[in-house]
Amino acid sequence: MKIEDILKELSTREGITPVSMDWNAPEEVHLEVRPEDFKKTCLFAHQKTGAPVSALFAEDAVAAQNRFFIRCVFASRLESKWLIVSAGLPCDAPEFDSLANDIFSAALFEREIGEMFGIKRREAFDSRRLRLHPEVWPEGFYPLRKDFKPPEKYGDTGKNYAFRRVEGDGVFEVPVGPVHAGIIAPGHFRFSAAGEPVVNLEIQLGFTHKGVEKLFEGKTAEAALAFSELVDGEAAFAHSLAFADAVEKIRGIKVPEAHQCARAILLEIERLYNHAADVGGMATDVGFSFPAACASVIKENLLALNEKLTGSRYLKNFNRIGGVLKFPPSVWETIDSGLEAAEKDFLALKEMLYGSVSFMDRVEETGILPHKTAVELGVSGPAARASGVAADLRADFSPLYKSAGFKPAKQEKGDVLARLNVRVSEFKESVRLIKKLTGMIKTGSDVKISAGEPRSGCALGYAEGWRGPVLYWVRIGQNALVERCKITDPSFNNWEGLAQAVPGNIIPDFPLCNKSFNLSYPGNDL
Amino acid sequence: MMRILWNSFKKGVLSRKIGKIPASLRYEKTGEELRSLIIKKFGRSLHIREVDTGSCGACESEIISATNPIYDIQRFGVDFVASPRHADALLVTGPVSRNMALALKRTYEAMPEPKFVITCGDCALNGGAFKDSYYSIGEISKIVPVAAHIPGCPPHPLAILDSLLRLMGNPVT
Repeated sequence: MKIEDILKELSTREGITPVSMDWNAPEEVHLEVRPEDFKKTCLFAHQKTGAPVSALFAEDAVAAQNRFFIRCVFASRLESKWLIVSAGLPCDAPEFDSLANDIFSAALFEREIGEMFGIKRREAFDSRRLRLHPEVWPEGFYPLRKDFKPPEKYGDTGKNYAFRRVEGDGVFEVPVGPVHAGIIAPGHFRFSAAGEPVVNLEIQLGFTHKGVEKLFEGKTAEAALAFSELVDGEAAFAHSLAFADAVEKIRGIKVPEAHQCARAILLEIERLYNHAADVGGMATDVGFSFPAACASVIKENLLALNEKLTGSRYLKNFNRIGGVLKFPPSVWETIDSGLEAAEKDFLALKEMLYGSVSFMDRVEETGILPHKTAVELGVSGPAARASGVAADLRADFSPLYKSAGFKPAKQEKGDVLARLNVRVSEFKESVRLIKKLTGMIKTGSDVKISAGEPRSGCALGYAEGWRGPVLYWVRIGQNALVERCKITDPSFNNWEGLAQAVPGNIIPDFPLCNKSFNLSYPGNDL
Repeated sequence: MMRILWNSFKKGVLSRKIGKIPASLRYEKTGEELRSLIIKKFGRSLHIREVDTGSCGACESEIISATNPIYDIQRFGVDFVASPRHADALLVTGPVSRNMALALKRTYEAMPEPKFVITCGDCALNGGAFKDSYYSIGEISKIVPVAAHIPGCPPHPLAILDSLLRLMGNPVT
């Protein structure tokens, strides 16, 4: 259903009169309702757009308006638009009706709002904290409130995180982490197993929490852009792109087409090196080391290509507000030869894996994430596309990708093999896209970009990174500094997808399932 | 199987000769004392346990890159091990999130003597871009003693390689 119709039906059918409604940007409509109507409105929007909650967050506007705001973002893929439902809560004892009982994709966001702002959710089924571990963080300190003062004492609170318990004959628990065996970020996995199969997996994250959203506040847009590249090192470009997109919308800048192409090329190269590494990771996790080594060579060559193009192996410090820096003159030959080699090596890698019976035996039917579960959890990115959800911001929201004839990958089965297949076909599609886009740029990369005038306001920026949609909701204040920056990494809801895909499998298959999702710890923990 | 053998034959040895490492990638000086300890006690071989205390993932990516066939740090006697019990050195990345402070301390305590700590990347030394955060410890030395530091954001695999080899008294240039 179209957004215009949703808004109409909301008042005629549901009897909800919005407090205000305005188009914040051509593709972004803001709908403010009374707090008591918030849940009903969100449910209605959820049903009518058929979309999960893309983001749900709070904002402290106590100083200016004596209220907290909660905002819930839905994507309407049908018409490439965003619907943001908001409500203002009174600043003393703020609370709202929990959405999570009816829309599960809101559950984690609500826990986040609770711990960061001290806003209560009525009838919430899970009121535990997410990132501020009870072991080290005392009660009553809410970091994202503007009047937050850090506690004087940390640690030794005497409290522990409450895991869900599975009890019964022969059930045992296997706690893993936070420090893992490999060179990898920290997280705690609590397996409950009966015999070999896992009965329940609970994942406790937040170990890499470092207050990223708070650190954004008070930075200039330019400084914040550089900072956004440190949120998730392996998706640095996707994050900086999403942040720049938000600021460009606030300032009303139109990015020249050549620069849009250049950005798309870099975004696709980021996808290439990470997908190659993921495919290699799956080979590692079944103990198939030769293809894994081949994959790491592909990754290394692509990182070297990044360095030649942008001066940084992780595409840092190249994106600017309004466009990108200038490519070196030899760029097109470098890209061509680099891509050709990567494509050839990747094909050889693929043949090795798909030609190995024992490898295929491990990945088929392993770690199935059913379509229904993926939809309900709001899983996004390659993991969702492997379970039959064809959502891809590039296809749904980008005219540039549409004109390049982009086709999103899609698989139905939802097992490790399906996620591998998605990566393989996305790799192929990205190579094709880059070739097409370099042809489209031709001239024009010399166009001067304009960073525009600093302006206050808010907007939603987004980019389809290699892990899925990265969203940045940014508010810039009157003093031209960032007032609030809400980051939503695709990993945030996808971790729950992993937790649902593992039960029924044996513990030794967990690394393989985990790698097939390959989710971000820092992007989730912020 | 034939495909793998053929691939192996065709690709040949990929490891790069590590020639001159650009001066910009060199690491900071480390005490002679530490170096002689490593040469004497660890027999020019170093087993490292890596701990991420809240990094953005780029440092991990580069450490893993140092083990790929091109840089192949293992040929110089450096290996990354799965348990602190097997480790001579602890390689720490990230600005030490409060949630990781205890885990870091326990990992260090689980290592047998003699042992030392190397920090990797700009955040690990003093929090870097995250040092003003309410959830970052700041100075890592509050928790474990630091013997050497590899600067960079993230450090290039060659910088990691160079630092470790120099520590082992075995510089390539």
